[in-house]
Amino acid sequence: MRVLMKIKRFNPERDRAPYWAEYEVEVEPVDRVLDALEYVKWHLDGTLTFRRSCAHGICGSDAMLINGRNRLACKVLVKDLGSPITVEPLRGFPVVKDLVVDMEGFFAKYRAIKPYLINDELPPETERRQSPEERARFDDTTKCILCGACTTACPSFWANGEYIGPAAIVNAHRFIFDSRDRGAAERLAILNTRLGVWRCRTIFNCVEACPRGIDVTRAIAEVKRALLFSGT
Amino acid sequence: MTTVHRYDAVIVGAGGAGLRAALEVAQATPRVAVVSKLYPIRSHTGTAQGGIGAALGNMEEDHWEWHMFDTVKGSDYLADQDAVEIMCQEAIACVYELEHWGLPFDRTPEGKIAQRRFGGHTRNFGEAPVRRACHAADRTGHMILQTLYQQCIKHEVQFFNEFHVLDLLLEDNICRGIVALSLADGELHVFHAKAVLFATGGFGRMYKVTSNARSLTGDGVAIALRRGIPLEDMEFFQFHPTGIYKLGILISEAARGEGGILRNRQGERFMERYAPTLLDLAPRDIISRCMYMEIREGRGIEGKDYLHLDLTHLGREVIEKKLPDITDFARTYLGIDPVREPIPVQPTAHYAMGGIPTDVHGRVIRDEKNTPVLGFYAAGECACVSVHGANRLGTNSLVDILVFGKLAGRHMAEYIRGADFAPLPKDADGPAREECERLLTSNGAESVARLRETLQREMMDKAAVFRTREGLEAMLATLKELKDRYRRIRLQDKGKIFNTDLQEALELGYLLDLAEVTVVSALARRESRGAHYREDFPKRDDAQWLKHTLAYRLNGEYELRYKPVVITRFQPVERKY
Repeated sequence: MRVLMKIKRFNPERDRAPYWAEYEVEVEPVDRVLDALEYVKWHLDGTLTFRRSCAHGICGSDAMLINGRNRLACKVLVKDLGSPITVEPLRGFPVVKDLVVDMEGFFAKYRAIKPYLINDELPPETERRQSPEERARFDDTTKCILCGACTTACPSFWANGEYIGPAAIVNAHRFIFDSRDRGAAERLAILNTRLGVWRCRTIFNCVEACPRGIDVTRAIAEVKRALLFSGT
Repeated sequence: MTTVHRYDAVIVGAGGAGLRAALEVAQATPRVAVVSKLYPIRSHTGTAQGGIGAALGNMEEDHWEWHMFDTVKGSDYLADQDAVEIMCQEAIACVYELEHWGLPFDRTPEGKIAQRRFGGHTRNFGEAPVRRACHAADRTGHMILQTLYQQCIKHEVQFFNEFHVLDLLLEDNICRGIVALSLADGELHVFHAKAVLFATGGFGRMYKVTSNARSLTGDGVAIALRRGIPLEDMEFFQFHPTGIYKLGILISEAARGEGGILRNRQGERFMERYAPTLLDLAPRDIISRCMYMEIREGRGIEGKDYLHLDLTHLGREVIEKKLPDITDFARTYLGIDPVREPIPVQPTAHYAMGGIPTDVHGRVIRDEKNTPVLGFYAAGECACVSVHGANRLGTNSLVDILVFGKLAGRHMAEYIRGADFAPLPKDADGPAREECERLLTSNGAESVARLRETLQREMMDKAAVFRTREGLEAMLATLKELKDRYRRIRLQDKGKIFNTDLQEALELGYLLDLAEVTVVSALARRESRGAHYREDFPKRDDAQWLKHTLAYRLNGEYELRYKPVVITRFQPVERKY
């Protein structure tokens, strides 16, 4: 099938402002949007620039705005979108070139919530015990692939780029609710600020954007509840 | 302007092997840098699904000796048994270590790490399948990669993200660092180092149907070859039996570990005829070959080149709880609900058993006498220790990256303490700069994408699961032509900022070199062993070929040498499952 791709492009070495470029591509209905982008790059215009790696929704490289929604280009099929397909870089991050955005700030926020198990007790010789129920408590938030789709879909983040954002909160949740972790108080203190968890206005854009199906707003609500009941 | 950095240790690649090594080195020196062409946690370790093998014995009796036997037998007796012994012993501590670092393994009712069955893993030296693969649903690799990266954050390891390695600085058998291209601004960076570890992963992108990420183009392996290091056992490339038809996306062996069955067009469980004991859990080389035999005899689904992976009898609960990601893949890419319908699958290029030869300390060796290159290390899929021999068992890639990432890191830390910075070569970044310039200014009419498509299609046809002399010779001629055309490419993007057009051209250069070594090595090995199956020499020939290949390239010509296999506990016998 033929599809019209409308791609927002910007090359800082050449362009003064972003512009829309249009390409007609020949694709199979079961092709991914990533296949259509690669068709453009490999057959029409080698300067088109985007990140991609695993191409099946695990590595998190190719989050972008597709027909107005944050999606992974490798997890959306062309047949589900029809034509035209519009593709833009994620909103709220500086554009490096075309669909490539600068994610340093995003990862800095991830690092800020201490995303590692905090527990100074001497571990046993074998595994620490954890019941299947305790393990299930934080299962949902272990799925995060740090693609940035949730944070850049969040109006609170668009309004203030200093907001720590849903992705960082999701990753804090993953440790706060892990029975083996002892760092909940530290993390909750980091999140208990105006630009922390309280900036979430429960708009649910993040839930819709998450390509891993994580119930992001629920995770954020659980962190808020932990704060309310922890007395901090 | 080229920037020069100085680090005690530079690690190239941020997958499991690279990060595990970085954590080990970081205990000895803060001056360690990880250089990766991807952002952290984008590496391909993250796509590993089913589990990591370790004889914890949490769900039934198990012993590392059994794991070792399975690995050696799975390798078709080509693995070095001293290395396999270390791997299977150390696997246990490595899994506990991950758990202590917070990896969210699935749990047994008593709260221990849960384990499942996997291909080729057996109890009591081959009696029946054993539960050995420790798992976190079907995203075990994702959790391993995240856990290791989290520990790197905790220990403040320094990262150079989206830096593409271009050259290895090696003179007088002493490694002095690397050269890398910063994608963000197109500048070259020299990393002057006492020790360098390559953990750059595999090169499945030389084949058309592959489970491998776009980024798996064998950069480190090809650079080592170009710098005079031989490559070991490159003829052995694993095809995983269950890739999604046409797409190659992996459906984990865990699907069969949980009870999934392969069926042909008649609905027959054909593995009963080929491997009566282990059935659908026979090793991957055997199942992939059997699938092609079924297809050749017209028993593919609708007579086409695929078969069915049937999970429907497992029930919704098992499928959705234990295999959530692959369920999602089937629904997303095929519109199929595996609870109700079988999944169309075909073998997919998956894993390079061969690579940069190393000893058990991760030191790169340069000849059949195991002479180490000072300060140069390799670990993970890019390396060949060899623990996988002619065919890797499922879960053992994760074991390999952790155990040998750790051991290589440990040896590096020791080496760094006693070594000085060897001087950089004159014009250290000269060759890398010239290569980039040549690609950017090359003014022919050839397209990188078209050359790559031809390479992938032809390799799939002539150097995949079944091989013949005629096919391999034709492939060599094709490669000669492709390399000639590669000199006449034209890039459209001539810019400096995030030039992925240039990056893809560099990567194609690596793939062409590695495809050539693969074919040269495969042509020479006139026997069938593990993943290397020669239709014109269908039997294993221990008298002639129980040895490792070392392929050197000198002035564009290949020279093959061989080195003996280390055999300690298990004498080679015929492989039956």
